[in-house]
Amino acid sequence: MSLLQLVDLEVRYGAIPALRGVNLSVETGEIVTLLGANGAGKTTTLRTISGLQHPASGRVLFEGRAIGDVAPHDVLALGVGHVPEGRRIFPQMSVLENLEMGAYRRRGNLREDVEHVFSLFPVLGQRRRQEGGTLSGGEQQMLAIGRALMSHPRLLLLDEPSMGLAPLVVKAIFEIIARIRSQGTTILLVEQNATQALQLADRGYVLENGEIVMSGAATDLLGDPRIRAAYLGETAAH
Amino acid sequence: MSDPLELTEIPERTVTSAALPPDQRTPWHKVVHNDDVRRLFACVIGGFVLALMTGPEGDGINMLSGVDGALRFPHLGICLALTVGLWVLITVRHRFGERARTASARVSALPARLLPNAKFRGLALVALLALAIVYPAHLNGYWQSVLVQQVGIYVLLAIGLNVVVGYAGLLDLGYIAFFAIGAYSDAFWTGALPIHPPANLNPFWVIPIAIATAMLAGVILGVPTLRLRGDYLAIVTLGFGEIIQIVAINLQGVTGGAIGTGTIRHFALHVLGINYVWGLDPLPYYYLLLVFVVLALFAFHSLEHSRIGRAWAAIREDEIAAEASGINVLKYKVMAFAIGASTSGFAGTLVASQIRFFEPGDFTVQLSILILVLVIFGGMGSLPGAVVGAAVLEWLPQYLHVHPLFGFQQQDLYIYFGAILILMMIFRPEGLIPSRRRRIELGLAEHGIGTADAMTAGASPSEPAGLP
Repeated sequence: MSLLQLVDLEVRYGAIPALRGVNLSVETGEIVTLLGANGAGKTTTLRTISGLQHPASGRVLFEGRAIGDVAPHDVLALGVGHVPEGRRIFPQMSVLENLEMGAYRRRGNLREDVEHVFSLFPVLGQRRRQEGGTLSGGEQQMLAIGRALMSHPRLLLLDEPSMGLAPLVVKAIFEIIARIRSQGTTILLVEQNATQALQLADRGYVLENGEIVMSGAATDLLGDPRIRAAYLGETAAH
Repeated sequence: MSDPLELTEIPERTVTSAALPPDQRTPWHKVVHNDDVRRLFACVIGGFVLALMTGPEGDGINMLSGVDGALRFPHLGICLALTVGLWVLITVRHRFGERARTASARVSALPARLLPNAKFRGLALVALLALAIVYPAHLNGYWQSVLVQQVGIYVLLAIGLNVVVGYAGLLDLGYIAFFAIGAYSDAFWTGALPIHPPANLNPFWVIPIAIATAMLAGVILGVPTLRLRGDYLAIVTLGFGEIIQIVAINLQGVTGGAIGTGTIRHFALHVLGINYVWGLDPLPYYYLLLVFVVLALFAFHSLEHSRIGRAWAAIREDEIAAEASGINVLKYKVMAFAIGASTSGFAGTLVASQIRFFEPGDFTVQLSILILVLVIFGGMGSLPGAVVGAAVLEWLPQYLHVHPLFGFQQQDLYIYFGAILILMMIFRPEGLIPSRRRRIELGLAEHGIGTADAMTAGASPSEPAGLP
């Protein structure tokens, strides 16, 4: 049984279809990346999985359980963590308070989890009392990922973690994503930065106008001439 | 500590507009490049407007006599002195900005330094409470009724609205509707409406029923509308406030229509051999109100620092992030809304029982706005702020009414409130006694990070900070 499975998923915003029959699966322990241009439906896919959006038809199965109509806070309790697009940390709360909010659904001792996040992102530990809004873009992204980890997700949804960040910072964050996976969290990564995402991922899907147009092992996709032309642009020339 | 985010001033332009082609010429209102001079100009105009607004009224025969009277020397002089004084303040603050700001920070930190630890603070609170219990008994009837009808009621209303606007960041412009629902519940259960209640209740039991009714109304309005964000919620609540008033006017057979209710019975307590009637004397009402205000303060203070309070803070700062953190956003928003509504409902019940008669015209939108002003003035999200803000702004007009100053007239009240609000926004946007969090929010917003406004919180994604 797959950890996550989307079956013929359709999502509409009013009359406008955003997803048109998406089939996708993520196995336990994988990093799967979802690629596509702006407006292809990548964010909508993640929002539907985490319950922020409800499907018009089709099914979202998490560990075999249909979660299409479950409210977002309950999806999180089931074990799906979502790092939304644009980071969205709590700007006026300190780093510690942000992490504390991530564990809102859990009671008990948070110290160990906080220390775990600080071991992944030492810079957050140095800034634990600083307000989230005063962090740099990269630090905010780290905080958003750390906050999602506080809920002990089995599946982590990452929406464009590289957005607006300097290449070096992106590299650092992608290395940490690999570490998070090695510690046992499955990852579904939405990216525009196709090369780096495919280098990190095991498998990939390509979304176009709300439909999956291509899928396969990441190495195959990385070598596919159509992908190179459409999504890798000038990087293909290297 | 030096602030790395401090923006550097852009040097003034010195190019004269005459040398430029017409389309690059500066617009007329920016002809004067010097900011100080431009502000002085605006302040002088403001002085004239103030003189006109506060001057005598014209009459049907000689319509310009009001203008004429307003622009006579002593009156105009005082107004101009006021606004030019304001200009001096602004300029000084601008020129000596950093120093003035640290000075004001020192002043605002004063209460914290005077009350260094929790024990002292506790003692101070006990002393204040003792004063609130003992002092009113020595006032005359007029001030006692001011204490109930103006100060006490509005303090209660302000701390209730503070939960909605200050804690959860929901802009509720129809807050007075719940006040009306509380008042009409009281009238209904004491038989003062054209329709009669199913049972004749001991008037004291009306209080919990009215609170529950207002809370239920809050939930019923809240569940569908609290899915909306920011401005949309403000508009819906504004509409709800109007609807309640219009329904009260038009549903004559139920509410008595525009003429108002019949005579409402005072609260009375007949249990366990205790027989007590709240009569015409305002003092017993004051103590009843004091009990509820103290209870509400305790409850809201502990709520603010509970898990629920943290959920509200998260929702206020970023709704999507709150949702992604596993917070049931709708539940907590409805909770805040219902708590505010029941507080407002109780205030309505108490007023109805004390003044014994009311009409739909008592529940205008203006009142909702007024309570919002009290909360903003005191400091959004700050309980002491809401209490002090409401007490000061409600007591001061009454004081000026008795001891007239500058020819203060009651009907000009909202002009002054407007002016106070503008001054507050310039000099102390965080309010009289800001909450710690609120101060941080405004500090960040000044540097373009995050949203400071409770009214837009969650409506837009937080800006990523473009810092290294």
